[in-house]
Amino acid sequence: MKTIILRTASTYLLPVLLLFSIFILLRGHYSPGGGFVGGLIASIAFVLHSFARGLDNTKELLRIHPGFLMPVGLALAFLAGVTPVLFFDLPFMTGLWYPEHLPVLGSLGTALFFDLGVYLVVVGVTLTIIFTISESA
Amino acid sequence: MTQQLVLYPLLLQMFLSILLMFCWRKISWQRVISIVGSIISVGVSIWLFSYIWENGTQIVLAGNWKPPFGIIFVADTLSATLVLLTAISGLAVASFSSASVVAARLKFGYFPIFHFLLLGLNGAFLTGDIFNLYVWFEIIIISSFVLITLGGEKAQLEGSVKYFTLNILASMIFLTAIAVLYGLTGSLNMADLALKVAAIENRGLVEITAILFLVAFGIKAAVFPLYFWLPDSYHTPPSAVAAIFGGLLTKVGVYALIRVFTLIFVGDMFLENIILIIAVLTLFSGGLGALVQNNLRKVFSYLIICHIGYMIAGLGLFTEVAIAGTIFYLIHDIIVKTNLFMVGGLIFRIRGTNSIRNLGGLYADHPMLSLLIAIPLFSLVGVPPLSGFWPKISLIIAAFESEQWWVVGAIIFASLITLIVIAKVWASVIWKEKKELPVRLNFRYFDKLKTIRKAQMIAPMIFLSLVSLYIGFGAEHIQQVSSRVAGELMDNTQYIEAVLGKEQIIDHEE
Repeated sequence: MKTIILRTASTYLLPVLLLFSIFILLRGHYSPGGGFVGGLIASIAFVLHSFARGLDNTKELLRIHPGFLMPVGLALAFLAGVTPVLFFDLPFMTGLWYPEHLPVLGSLGTALFFDLGVYLVVVGVTLTIIFTISESA
Repeated sequence: MTQQLVLYPLLLQMFLSILLMFCWRKISWQRVISIVGSIISVGVSIWLFSYIWENGTQIVLAGNWKPPFGIIFVADTLSATLVLLTAISGLAVASFSSASVVAARLKFGYFPIFHFLLLGLNGAFLTGDIFNLYVWFEIIIISSFVLITLGGEKAQLEGSVKYFTLNILASMIFLTAIAVLYGLTGSLNMADLALKVAAIENRGLVEITAILFLVAFGIKAAVFPLYFWLPDSYHTPPSAVAAIFGGLLTKVGVYALIRVFTLIFVGDMFLENIILIIAVLTLFSGGLGALVQNNLRKVFSYLIICHIGYMIAGLGLFTEVAIAGTIFYLIHDIIVKTNLFMVGGLIFRIRGTNSIRNLGGLYADHPMLSLLIAIPLFSLVGVPPLSGFWPKISLIIAAFESEQWWVVGAIIFASLITLIVIAKVWASVIWKEKKELPVRLNFRYFDKLKTIRKAQMIAPMIFLSLVSLYIGFGAEHIQQVSSRVAGELMDNTQYIEAVLGKEQIIDHEE
């Protein structure tokens, strides 16, 4: 798979795909998209990179083991859900919103952090599975 | 603080599993976190139970969306009782696992998954939304599938294929049933469904949907003729896993049956008769199955099936006394079955085999342990005044009052079979002359374990035996709880009122 075309393309595709995944993550509240799809696109970016450059290079690029993203993502999503319970005595998962409208992000609320958590979990799970399979193959 | 109390057991388990995932490689930390967390969870569950006992049914609207649109969590007495029992069994198994499950398995995330399983169980007991119930069932299946395959021995994988195929099939049927129900009523909230299903005129369609639910939950609860996956899979995983499976997993199916058939599909003679017939056949087939097995854990597996029959029979009789009997049996059974599989694990650790023919002489070697083992065994049979005796009285009285003589016969027959099976187990495992068994190399025999590990294995059995003794000798208190649960279940307007408020019901009647 190490053709020069793929290798050159992957250098450009990695940041573009990652940016696109963030875009999908952010637009997800009202439009199609969200943490799950965004996470899948982000993992595709890394999988493509590993096809072109080899698994070891991708691991070096990631620095941390992708499996570690799972508890981090879960913790983030959990905190987003628990914050209303702990600080406002509102039910679990109640959406709390920052009143001002922010540029780029739009409305900022706990839902975004929940989605970000989902994003990280999906990246972690997908990459762990794919890396494990390609290591044993 | 107390407003969100209903969700605390759930949130605690979720927190514990995430925390345990952060300590993925540090097994000794995981042991401590799991045991301490489980002790806290027992405390939280007692808090929830006593709050519900004082103040009646409580609800929490997830995301603050009003019912019937959002997902809601409802804790009535039945849910709170089951959450408490889950916490008690969870604590016992957490301690038992940290001693008996080998480190190779613990390294691959045994404890995080175990707490995800408890999370799923708590969720299933507390949710008031039928689709959300499906989601919790999925969490339970996925976690249990990991637990049952962890270790990857050949026998384990064989058992887990059967386990997984049938449970996925059950989930599919469950999902189909939910889809049909949603098509009929346009709602997923169980209280709302109760009102809307009662108003549907096409009863045939409602009955078909009810049968779909019966089949789906029947597979989970392992009733006749859908039980054959259970004895084939429950003896393969480590005994700590089997303990939580045997104690709680099939009971989720029973809980779902009780909830759906007392809340949504109520008062249909046809359905009640079907449930009764299933119950009687389950009692017979489970009992006869247990009689011919030689593997200790397979015997216990068949006894699970047999005793599911009692609970289903109470549901089929559908009188207040019968339902109280069912609930009492459920309480007794969760504790005893968890304990029994731990006994199986302990005997395996002592002798290195679970074959009844080769076991023996336990009383000569370990007299105190034998005495401890006697408590769950004879509680299971229901030797008065131990815990299995009282619910059977309620069930038999209820069957007499409904003049269902064959049900009385089946209940007594199943008790007799259980007695024979347990007597056989007792005679050959505890009293029979000891056989010289070949010594297994690289096997961690009980006598070679460190004292703390021994204590971690014995302490949960003592704990659960004490709970069993309390259920037997303090039967009055348990009977009070069961009668109150039965009262709440027989009159489903209480549940509906708690969820939707009074106005909605009156609106609906107009």
